[in-house]
Amino acid sequence: MMAHVEARGLRKNFGHLAAVNALSLTIAPGEIYGLVGADGAGKTTTLRLICGALKPDAGEVSVCGFDLRRQTEQAREQIGYLSQRFSMYEDLTVLENIRFFAEVRGLRPDEWYPRSLEILEFVGLADFRDRFAGQLSGGMKQKLGLASALVTRPRVLLLDEPTTGVDPVTRQDFWQLIIHLVSTPTSDSPSIFGENGGSRRGVSVLISTPYMDEAARCHRVGFMKKGQLIVEGTPGELRARLEGRILELRGSPLTEIRHHAAEVPGVEDVQAFGDRLHLRVESGQAEAVMRRLPAQLQPMGVSIDALRPVPATLEDVFIAFS
Amino acid sequence: MPLPVIYVDELTRKFGDFTAVDHVSFEVNPGEIVGYLGPNGCGKTTTIRMLLGLLAPTSGSAIVLGFDSFRQSEQVRARAGYMSQKFAIYDDLTVWENLVFYGGVYGINDPARIQETLAQVGLSGHETVLTRELSAGWRQRLALGIAIVHRPQLLFLDEPTSGVDPNARRAFWDLIYDLAAQGVTILVTTHYMDEAEYCHRVGMMRDGKLLAMDTPLVLKERYVPGQVYEIYTAALLAGLGALEQTPGVLRAALAGDHLRVIVEQGLGEQTLKSALAATGVTIASIQKGEPTLEDVFLTLAKG
Repeated sequence: MMAHVEARGLRKNFGHLAAVNALSLTIAPGEIYGLVGADGAGKTTTLRLICGALKPDAGEVSVCGFDLRRQTEQAREQIGYLSQRFSMYEDLTVLENIRFFAEVRGLRPDEWYPRSLEILEFVGLADFRDRFAGQLSGGMKQKLGLASALVTRPRVLLLDEPTTGVDPVTRQDFWQLIIHLVSTPTSDSPSIFGENGGSRRGVSVLISTPYMDEAARCHRVGFMKKGQLIVEGTPGELRARLEGRILELRGSPLTEIRHHAAEVPGVEDVQAFGDRLHLRVESGQAEAVMRRLPAQLQPMGVSIDALRPVPATLEDVFIAFS
Repeated sequence: MPLPVIYVDELTRKFGDFTAVDHVSFEVNPGEIVGYLGPNGCGKTTTIRMLLGLLAPTSGSAIVLGFDSFRQSEQVRARAGYMSQKFAIYDDLTVWENLVFYGGVYGINDPARIQETLAQVGLSGHETVLTRELSAGWRQRLALGIAIVHRPQLLFLDEPTSGVDPNARRAFWDLIYDLAAQGVTILVTTHYMDEAEYCHRVGMMRDGKLLAMDTPLVLKERYVPGQVYEIYTAALLAGLGALEQTPGVLRAALAGDHLRVIVEQGLGEQTLKSALAATGVTIASIQKGEPTLEDVFLTLAKG
């Protein structure tokens, strides 16, 4: 199956800063790919290179088989882009906003109107079509942003930190929409996904986020740091890399245990979490550390109440591999 | 029992018709790290501004370090440190010059104290670096240094780690734990669910109301009253539909490439397997999962 997004060797410099450096990634149809990293890691620049808003200094991008440089129009027609600070016209209604974005993208009234109604139904804004955008709640504004990005029936959806700072309830709703978009077979709702793609799977999504826990909802995750993808895989694959290497410790006094635990042979890293510690141990050393640590620390007068292996989080993975 | 460092009683703040903080009550004890968790605009920063005496409450009261936070705000501010997300550090000054400048605001002119503060935040040796050259993580440490140069007993951190990578975030939290171990009490706001796990106790705020405050462990036990399962299947939507109809399933949601469900205590894997099998959904794997603070928030938000 042809990849929906194929980026190879992307580089973008701003002055001396390599914002994106030798970045390659592939997104399959129906896949949700999460680009995770700190502010300034290069996430937004990557999305802008892929949607064609920025020209790379090196490398190439193809979208659904169209080369972004040579077949710019066709490539960009496949893309829906929701920027981090999506700006809508607060003094226009929901429907008028969608109309504006549809017409900018060259859709005729007989195309955009029926699609808009269907998309508003899908994102749950059908009852609010005549409300001014300025009077929508944060979560509803975000859904309007998504609706505007969907009106051109993109096959690839680029979402730049759509859930930063929003209510977890809203975030949950938003993710349910995204997952429905990618997992609904096209025949169920042909006009959102294009009328001639009967057997095609749903859209694919490239989403950037600063939240590690959000990465766990993606099919595949790439961690970005200083413009590069430092590690990539499915959440399951990534966690498996630290399988059996994270131990949870409860005891007191925790501050003292934290300092001593770091010196126990086999312990690579110690992290405090409020009422407990997480230890990362060398591969194959978990059992040895579980024996050694209480033996070594208890004579110091500290009490160790529990020490057990726990599943690694994606944050553990990011830290271990960066 | 020592007196609480922060004692908030029915604190309320209205802006016109809008109630930004709605009858909030809580206590923070000496040496505690308390997290204040909620989305943007839920009233976290308004609460902190009242605790610092920058904003008058509409009703209710806040006693901070034994002083009325609004009427005796100068005493509070002399003893409390505040690190804000949008704090202005002078980019064209060096690390040293920034600390000297802000130290001066508190009447601190002793170079030894500046040196000691730099060591506390791990910036010794970087005195002459221009602030604009610092990475986001190091800027945050400098901002922390500025907030503790006058040796406050209480530290307010407003979204201190927004936008830094997990390594820098962990390094920052190590500094916070060191401060707490020295007896500094810390109130930290965040909208990162996973960051709240770093705190001793966590308050969850939504629409101006404090929904709950307790240790992460107790919050999960109390508000996620069941077992979490992660179910892998190719038929996500069909599986979701079936599970939503299954008695005993408290919450079912799509989670990327799998389904995440919370079931009543005692409801075994077998019930889930049968429910899915009955609708023709094949399970690739099913495993127990861990509850998260997001699960807690979702339960509380449903009211």
